Amino acid sequence: MCLAVPLEIVKIKGEFAEVKIGKKRMSVNIQMLSDAKIGDYILVHAGFAIQRIDPVNAKKTLDLINEIH
Amino acid sequence: MKYIDEYRSSQRCKKIVSLINEFDLKKGINLMEVCGTHTANFFRFGLKKLLPNKINFISGPGCPVCVSHQSYIDKAIELSKNKDIIIATFGDMLRVPGTNASLEKQRSQGTDIRIVYSCLDSLDIAKKRKDKKIVFLGVGFETTSPTIAATILTARKERIKNFFILPSFKLIPPAMKALLKDKVNIDGFLCPGHVSTIIGLRPYEDIAAGYKIPCVIAGFEPLDILEGIYMLTRQIMKKEARVENQYIRAVEHNGNPAALKIINKVFKVSFENWRGIGKIDKSGLRLKDAFIDFDAEKFISGFKSKITSEEKCRCGEVLKGLIRPKECKYFRRVCSPQNPLGPCMVSSEGACGIYYRYEKL
Repeated sequence: MCLAVPLEIVKIKGEFAEVKIGKKRMSVNIQMLSDAKIGDYILVHAGFAIQRIDPVNAKKTLDLINEIH
Repeated sequence: MKYIDEYRSSQRCKKIVSLINEFDLKKGINLMEVCGTHTANFFRFGLKKLLPNKINFISGPGCPVCVSHQSYIDKAIELSKNKDIIIATFGDMLRVPGTNASLEKQRSQGTDIRIVYSCLDSLDIAKKRKDKKIVFLGVGFETTSPTIAATILTARKERIKNFFILPSFKLIPPAMKALLKDKVNIDGFLCPGHVSTIIGLRPYEDIAAGYKIPCVIAGFEPLDILEGIYMLTRQIMKKEARVENQYIRAVEHNGNPAALKIINKVFKVSFENWRGIGKIDKSGLRLKDAFIDFDAEKFISGFKSKITSEEKCRCGEVLKGLIRPKECKYFRRVCSPQNPLGPCMVSSEGACGIYYRYEKL
């Protein structure tokens, strides 16, 4: 039930953002993320953004694994 | 999809598996995946067969549907019998057995029970059906409770008077402590990633230090789960007991302060009754006095659930990690997803349902 999906913000209007799911769009409440902006990937759970995906840290995880031989 | 596909790469997964297999484990270790989504993905991606037999995996209590008490379902069913009330709920709750029925059976008798994706959807129903009281079934962990608190704040702001919740929110860290006090044999916790996006690392610190048990917060893709298992095993081998964060792309040390602020504005910490585990102090959230007008309990104030005997199934022991689903004599024989005796067989994140689907006969 604690499922959350990373989705990209394409539009922001007040406390709602429009996110992309394939070719579809969905409205998500972003009041819990004060600094959300267009292009950000947010974790969406039950119609709300619960956190922003940090692109630097996302890459760090992959880089560390890529270094393993 | 970005931030999903790259964490499912088989090449990268193989690298971590090889690191895990290099550990010289002298004896078996027990790792508990606290969250049901971890258990579900662990089986779904077939990770178990990649890992050494000496690492045992135990499913924990992290499925909100599974730990919803029978008396809560009974209350929800009682509320639904009131013709002035429309019940709005997450879909998972529908098939959970109460004492005599489930919400699904109740709905088949014509009561108005609606599945919603977000608590906000129940506000839309409230706006359209001003002649009815809309009661949202407030279940979930720290991931979900801020979304419901935010909906309550919206209802207050928009002066929506016919929206209510039946609260039964639960907190994960107190349940982890309760398991350890119960002397469940756990060597490390794989901590829930999405709960942690809200609460951060701090609530696990006294679990790691106080009970000398490693805690690793992990994401939900195969790579995340495998790296989390690697980090836990590494701590166990080094005889360390710290909180580590594998899910650095989504979990910050202090969690999500805005979400925590919303929770604290609307809810207060209370004791909570966990199905199969029992009452745990300070393990739940109830409405603060300033928001008590949203509480649907008042519509069933005299109602007492008629739980006559203990449940037949052993969901409680499964939730505590004391037995595996197949050790219950009803598993597969009497209890199945089509005919569940307990909530662990109902939910897509329930251990019994997951073992039923993925474990070989």
